[in-house]
Amino acid sequence: MSERETVRIGVYVCHCGTNIAATVDVKSLAEYAGLLPNVVLSRDYKYMCSDPGQDLIRQDIRDRQLNRIVVASCSPHLHEHTFRTALKVGGLNPFYFHMVNIREQASWVHENRAQATRKAKNLVSAAVQRVAFHQPLERGRVAIQPDVLIVGGGIAGIHAALTLANAGKHVFLVEREATIGGHMARFDKTFPTLDCAACILTPKMSAVRAHPNITLWTYSEVTKVDGYVGNYKVTVLRQPRYVDEDLCSGCLECIEACVYKQAKVPDDFNLGLSKRRPIYIPFPQAVPQVPVVDPETCIQFKSGKCKTTCIAACGDRHAINLRMEPKEERIEVGTVILATGFQTFDAHRVPYYGYGKYPNVYTALEVERLVNASGPTAGEVVLRDGRRPEAVGIVHCVGSRDENTHRWCSRVCCMYSLKLAHLIKEHTGAEIFNFYIDMRTPGKGFEEFYQKLLTERVHFIRGRVAEVTDWALDPTEEGKLVIRVEDTLAGFVRRIPVDMVVLATGLEPRTDAPEVRRLFNISCASEGFFLERHPKLAPVNTFTDGIFLAGCCQGPKDIPDTVAQAGAAAAEALALIDAGYLETEPNTAHVEEEKCCGCKTCISMCPYHAVAFVDEIHKSRVNEVLCKGCGTCVAACPSGAIRQNLFEDDEIFAEIEGVFSNA
Amino acid sequence: MPEPFEPKIVAFFCNWCTYLAADLAGTSRIKYCPNAEVVRVMCSGRVDVQFVLKAFAKGADGVLIGGCHPGDCHYQEGNYKALRRYRLLRRLIRQMGIEDERLRLEWISAAEGDRVRAVINDMVETLKRLGPLQKSEEERAHLLEVA
Amino acid sequence: MMSGVYGYFPGCSLKGTGVAYEESLLALFRALHLGLAELEDWNCCGATSYMSIDERDAFSLSARNLTMTQKAGHRDLIAPCSACYLALRKTQDYLDRYPKIAGGNGSLTSIRAVRVRHPLEVLYTDVGVERIRKTVARHWHGGRVACYYGCQTVRPYSEVDRDHDPVRMDELLGAAEIPTVDYSLKTKCCGGSLTGTTHDVGVRLVYILLKEAARKGAEAIVTVCPLCQYNLDAYQSEIRRSSGERLDMPVLYFTQVLGWALGAEIESLGLARAISGRKRIAQWFQPAEKEAYV
Repeated sequence: MSERETVRIGVYVCHCGTNIAATVDVKSLAEYAGLLPNVVLSRDYKYMCSDPGQDLIRQDIRDRQLNRIVVASCSPHLHEHTFRTALKVGGLNPFYFHMVNIREQASWVHENRAQATRKAKNLVSAAVQRVAFHQPLERGRVAIQPDVLIVGGGIAGIHAALTLANAGKHVFLVEREATIGGHMARFDKTFPTLDCAACILTPKMSAVRAHPNITLWTYSEVTKVDGYVGNYKVTVLRQPRYVDEDLCSGCLECIEACVYKQAKVPDDFNLGLSKRRPIYIPFPQAVPQVPVVDPETCIQFKSGKCKTTCIAACGDRHAINLRMEPKEERIEVGTVILATGFQTFDAHRVPYYGYGKYPNVYTALEVERLVNASGPTAGEVVLRDGRRPEAVGIVHCVGSRDENTHRWCSRVCCMYSLKLAHLIKEHTGAEIFNFYIDMRTPGKGFEEFYQKLLTERVHFIRGRVAEVTDWALDPTEEGKLVIRVEDTLAGFVRRIPVDMVVLATGLEPRTDAPEVRRLFNISCASEGFFLERHPKLAPVNTFTDGIFLAGCCQGPKDIPDTVAQAGAAAAEALALIDAGYLETEPNTAHVEEEKCCGCKTCISMCPYHAVAFVDEIHKSRVNEVLCKGCGTCVAACPSGAIRQNLFEDDEIFAEIEGVFSNA
Repeated sequence: MPEPFEPKIVAFFCNWCTYLAADLAGTSRIKYCPNAEVVRVMCSGRVDVQFVLKAFAKGADGVLIGGCHPGDCHYQEGNYKALRRYRLLRRLIRQMGIEDERLRLEWISAAEGDRVRAVINDMVETLKRLGPLQKSEEERAHLLEVA
Repeated sequence: MMSGVYGYFPGCSLKGTGVAYEESLLALFRALHLGLAELEDWNCCGATSYMSIDERDAFSLSARNLTMTQKAGHRDLIAPCSACYLALRKTQDYLDRYPKIAGGNGSLTSIRAVRVRHPLEVLYTDVGVERIRKTVARHWHGGRVACYYGCQTVRPYSEVDRDHDPVRMDELLGAAEIPTVDYSLKTKCCGGSLTGTTHDVGVRLVYILLKEAARKGAEAIVTVCPLCQYNLDAYQSEIRRSSGERLDMPVLYFTQVLGWALGAEIESLGLARAISGRKRIAQWFQPAEKEAYV
């Protein structure tokens, strides 16, 4: 439509039930809007985003020949898309639409009705003035590369990878550690069924290894992400394990043959509770089943004077290559799923619980390793000196629900503390005390599990532990760790002497989450977990199209929820890939060549190199596929030659003017 | 009895950080002064010098620009450009007789809903102290010309 | 403020029952060639009692002291008594956070510029463990000691030392060759004024502290606060009568033991003022046979 055609605007004011209507006088707002220039009709309605609400728009476009629509309701981040689609169905270009936020940024944040209504009137007037300048625009389409990158090989990454691979898509699964499996590989049994974690995890790990559609890169990291939505060019750095994955047969004889007859290096998989050799495999069921050589502790690396019995043991397979170099792989993918997981809260931060000071204070994850039959003590739950504990205290909420450390609830600790109480009692017959604030058992079968624990004669004391001390008040406390806690149900402070203390440490975002999220251009929420697009309705999407989240990197959760979320992320990726294209926002920039004087100011403005200088005509030109629509070059152009669709100077000037209508 | 002076702020918020933060303030039901009206742009780098001048010319007592924290810009560097422009602009408006406290640039991330409240309330207080931006018709016309 | 002169706020206790603290502090600073200038016309800080009764008036007491410090030209004010230290620090902190308390009194903003410091932190930061090690003039031949920090120096501010597991006194004493024990109750309350108001409760807290120190193998307790010192020192015979346990434990100021190790005159350390453990004190604080005079 040409600019000279008469502008006929329809304004719709949403009540949003009482969300808007309770604070903003929607009726008077609609009346006010009806009197604004170019407004042909103005309505108010209870729920504009509903079907009948959208129908109103569609009908009115036809019946009243409307050619511009303004909706005053919630945030455009929520429903701009909904209404644009309504326009399209009604036969109008979807970009003849503008949305006014009178909920999140008015009715929900102001208390005075008169003031909120006045602000709403100004904003609606601004929108009415702006929308008159809107031009018809078309969305571009960008083909989506069908391959998928999944970052993180824990249960979330594994499940997403298998789902996508089974659907016939090619998946790159990149994992930083030498094996996939994540935290779950360290667990002994999982709640509430007490399934063996390894038994349910390892088949999935093998399936990943065997799947023709999955390229598994362990001991690797993503270092660079270029390109744009639907067409990411990713650089993956593969660290050298010094053992060739293709040649290794997984016999592990090299480890046996190592010159170190006694293992000396603290074993990271067992959290330092046992030792390994410089050539090692993280755990027996590691995938890939290929050893790693640690250059910091291997004699050959440090002095060059080792007998290299490992190479000899490998024989004519020649799989060990101590001269391996790091390798960069470059891949092209269309979608990315981030499944980088969590880290546990560092118990050193709460020194009053004695971790690091008293040897028999453990974290829950360390106890998982003790309790595990393939752990450092072959499943024996023993103290550092080898004795069996007679009394064990399990402290809930370490680093969770705490203003001094982390405010959030880590969601899994109550359940795993109950699980550990059961397992420790089973292994040792000791007296077990759980010290809790609340017992959070919301999942399927969880409350029943708690009830079962109550019949197993585990003691539950409701109170936040104040300290763990070696201060002995009488001879019975000598040599014990005394837990001091207010028993809030009994109403007095208690001293519980135990032999072993288990700290139920919470989940927190990984320390490098800010770096990872910058790589992929997504955001972190205030606690540091990756930010989802909407906490209720879009928990796996991010604000960047084509990048999805799965598992604890988005927030603490247990295994069933992680697997569900991983499936959801895979489904979202699948939906995009099968659609085959992504629609791009049309708010790109373009140069009005008559006005361009060739000063080249814009060229240096663009971080995506979307503006190029065309020497033949001595003018700049914007590549609309590369342009992301920030508008920085538009503001910088001294001639006003570059314009931005949907954010034209005229449109914004009109909006500024309109804001003063009621001033 | 004359109404007490309520300053008028025009706020240019970037879509990815500050606008989302304002939305978050809404979903968290955080209350703040209703003096600011928001014009949404995709990036703080889109904020043209002319927008700010036009806002003052049309009657704004204060102008607020909200963008992502340095290093976090959704478009990599747009906020740095906004910062450069803002610094120059602040000196420019001083020359025009507009107190430079009336123009403010804030980095507010999508998670900082409460900061939106803090910044707007603080700016309202500052502007109440400074008083309304008195501009004669002539001065306004001049500003419009420059814009 | 290494070679300069520190402002010095003794407070009421260092002129009264805690006079040994003042004596040993002055002796120690002399041995380290550090200057202390007592604030003229200082007033009582109000300690914990006044703060609980009328905060505003309590702040005024400290504000006066701090203003005079500023006027005397001192940037630092050393307050050895924990309660004085905390009252002065708290006043500054509250004025910072709630400027309205100043009640429009603009001159009170200047008191924030004064640095209120505790001698333990001054020794650790300005003098340093290394210098202590090099300045040792007498080699300790006494027993092991338990370093007792009390509560007010480490809560709520962690400037003097860490709140849960302070170690600075242990490190300084260690540098002076004085062996310390791992004392888990080092920040547990000594009862404070409770020994006066609710006597049984207070004495029980004292008993617990003494007993645990002994259990850990300490033969003396070294402290930073005059009220802690008094509580731990003065009631030992009463405890012996009621519990039947003999705990004849010297309770000393860290300035006394450090002063001795760094060569200060023994008579100037106030050691004669101790109530309990006098025999041990006599044995430990003789000059050693081969003494190195620096």
